[in-house]
Amino acid sequence: MAKLTYIKAITDGLDVVLGEDPKTLIFGEDVGKNGGVFRTTEGLQDKYGEDRVFDTPLAESGILGLAIGLAATGWRPLPEIQFMGFTFEAVDSIGGQMSRNRFRFSGKRAMPITIRTPFGGGTHTAEMHADNLENYFVGTPGLRVVTPANPYDAKGMIISAVENNDPVLFMENLKLYRSMKDEIPEGKYTVPLDTAKVAKEGTDITLVAYSAEVNESLKAADALAKDNISAEVIDLRSLSPIDTDTIFKSIEKTHKVVVIQEAQKMAGVGAQVASEIAENAIMDLDAPIGRVAAPDSVYPWAQVENDWLPNADDIEEKAREILNY
Amino acid sequence: MAKKTGQVVDFASIKAKMSDPYKKTLQVINEKGEIVNQELFDSFSDDQLVGFMKDMVWERALHEQTMNFSRQGRLGFYAPTYGEEASEMGSIAAFKDQDFLFPAYRDLPQLIKHGASVAQGFLWSKGNAVGDDYGDTRNWFPQIIIGAQYVEAAGAALGIKKNGEKDAVSFVYTGDGGTSQGDFYEGINFASSYQAPAVFMVQNNGWAISVPRKKQNAAETLAQKGVASGVPGVQVDGMDVLATYLATKAARDFAAEGNGPALVETLTYRFGAHSSAGDDPSRYRTKEEEKPWFDADPLIRMRKVLTDKGLWSQDQEDKLVEEYKDSFKASMKEAENTPTQSVVDMLKTTFEEPTPQIKADIARFEAKESK
Repeated sequence: MAKLTYIKAITDGLDVVLGEDPKTLIFGEDVGKNGGVFRTTEGLQDKYGEDRVFDTPLAESGILGLAIGLAATGWRPLPEIQFMGFTFEAVDSIGGQMSRNRFRFSGKRAMPITIRTPFGGGTHTAEMHADNLENYFVGTPGLRVVTPANPYDAKGMIISAVENNDPVLFMENLKLYRSMKDEIPEGKYTVPLDTAKVAKEGTDITLVAYSAEVNESLKAADALAKDNISAEVIDLRSLSPIDTDTIFKSIEKTHKVVVIQEAQKMAGVGAQVASEIAENAIMDLDAPIGRVAAPDSVYPWAQVENDWLPNADDIEEKAREILNY
Repeated sequence: MAKKTGQVVDFASIKAKMSDPYKKTLQVINEKGEIVNQELFDSFSDDQLVGFMKDMVWERALHEQTMNFSRQGRLGFYAPTYGEEASEMGSIAAFKDQDFLFPAYRDLPQLIKHGASVAQGFLWSKGNAVGDDYGDTRNWFPQIIIGAQYVEAAGAALGIKKNGEKDAVSFVYTGDGGTSQGDFYEGINFASSYQAPAVFMVQNNGWAISVPRKKQNAAETLAQKGVASGVPGVQVDGMDVLATYLATKAARDFAAEGNGPALVETLTYRFGAHSSAGDDPSRYRTKEEEKPWFDADPLIRMRKVLTDKGLWSQDQEDKLVEEYKDSFKASMKEAENTPTQSVVDMLKTTFEEPTPQIKADIARFEAKESK
């Protein structure tokens, strides 16, 4: 066991999969000698060689097209898209190509591709470096979309993603990279790709969140606890598919729910969670479904981003509104 | 005072000369059926010559029979191959079974020559998943998002290289319009960067639906598009099956020997419509524009050369066409007897392990489909 940051936990997970499966390949812009612009792949080229960990030309569609061709010839690719905003350049490779190929080939050919990509606000990046674009991808049949909210899950989920035989979009939160540490077991362990986790148990209200908003929800839960309000916090972890059972089970107990996301409100994950609750568990509720999301603007310039991003105060306020309904 | 344009850098001269190395279009027999390169012609055996002619007759018969089936309402989408027989049969003959083929939607004849069945071609058109089930052959599905096949072919070329395969390449087709896609450049660029064994085919048939070749860009050839990525290219008379074969084989040999990718532009012509779904070429081109291309028909010149050598007769060709068409009718029967998939089958192939939501969908459609 060692205390590792979120980013080091991912590096550790990548080390495990490269060591276990000689068919795994890591590639992308700057991932080789430089170890990635955030150092997520630091040391891996030295350890596994340039055949396994290598730089690509600067072209995102090319990177993911490369992944598809490599998978077609027996490899297990782990392409990195340097920032999630850059996936706009590769939407066809994801939505039009790799996610459809199992279906195209009657289930007989697999695309075991794990796309790693950093995202998330609050670190004052340049434009297009922080956007939460999961809303674009969760409606893609054949694609799993996951995002860990802590270092332990980050390592266990990257290993599960790579072992999965379908394409996985693995979203790494920029703000979490170096802001939290967990005790991380050495070597291999896995965390399932399709189950939500109860991050904190509670009885009065359910807060459903993912990625950095899990931490904000935990802070809100602490604030509510001062008034003897017991909030349960659910970390979705998987955005597609969504583990609705864990949510419904919690609501059965609390009868109140707030759905939280950092992304803009229109459509997307929070809307899907809210509609699943409305469709399947509305009789368990005794108040409307609360939602906390970013406003439906373009992701803001750095100087106003902290005002724009949903935070613990917003979550606490919405929770009190639902509790007092 | 600033110098005038041309005195500092003579862009006009650079532009005038930049296509020069690519304009020597490789040709063995011309449109009149004259042998213009005896040495290259003599490199073929009589059997090879007859084989190429049979392949082209087969492809044209397949086109004619497919159009018949299409008019009878027995097929879905079909992109006519009429006029492109030399380009398609000449190039595919240069590849081996172990090569990985990435076709586009007009490349079904090559797919069939590379291990798919004619019935699968019909099933693909009809929208049956069996059409894309290629077993262990190194076939990929006919790409619709033109350009995507280029980046994927670069990936397969790198995979082949990493596998240590000694005599295999990845090869891919697009058309003149396809070369305008960003993915076209990304594909040739990636393969070049890794010096991976890819052969990039550009079948320049003059038209991207209604947009003529000259509107795609101002370069004089498409073969030269590889230059900026360090990929050598050649332009070949794509109505000459022998020249197409030789150029493609040279590109394959070059790539398979570990020299990196190569590009082949075949100058051909789409005699028919873009697709069987209502495109009408008379809206955008005239009969006068079409005439020189119909005169350049790849079968006419090959028929003359072979007849002069005593290797071919019209009677023999007519019999062959009948045989081929009978076999296509049998293939259509096979296609029509192939069960259609159910929604349940398709749901089951979305993920290896169905998600809870898909399991619920499967249950819903199982109930619906068992009624």
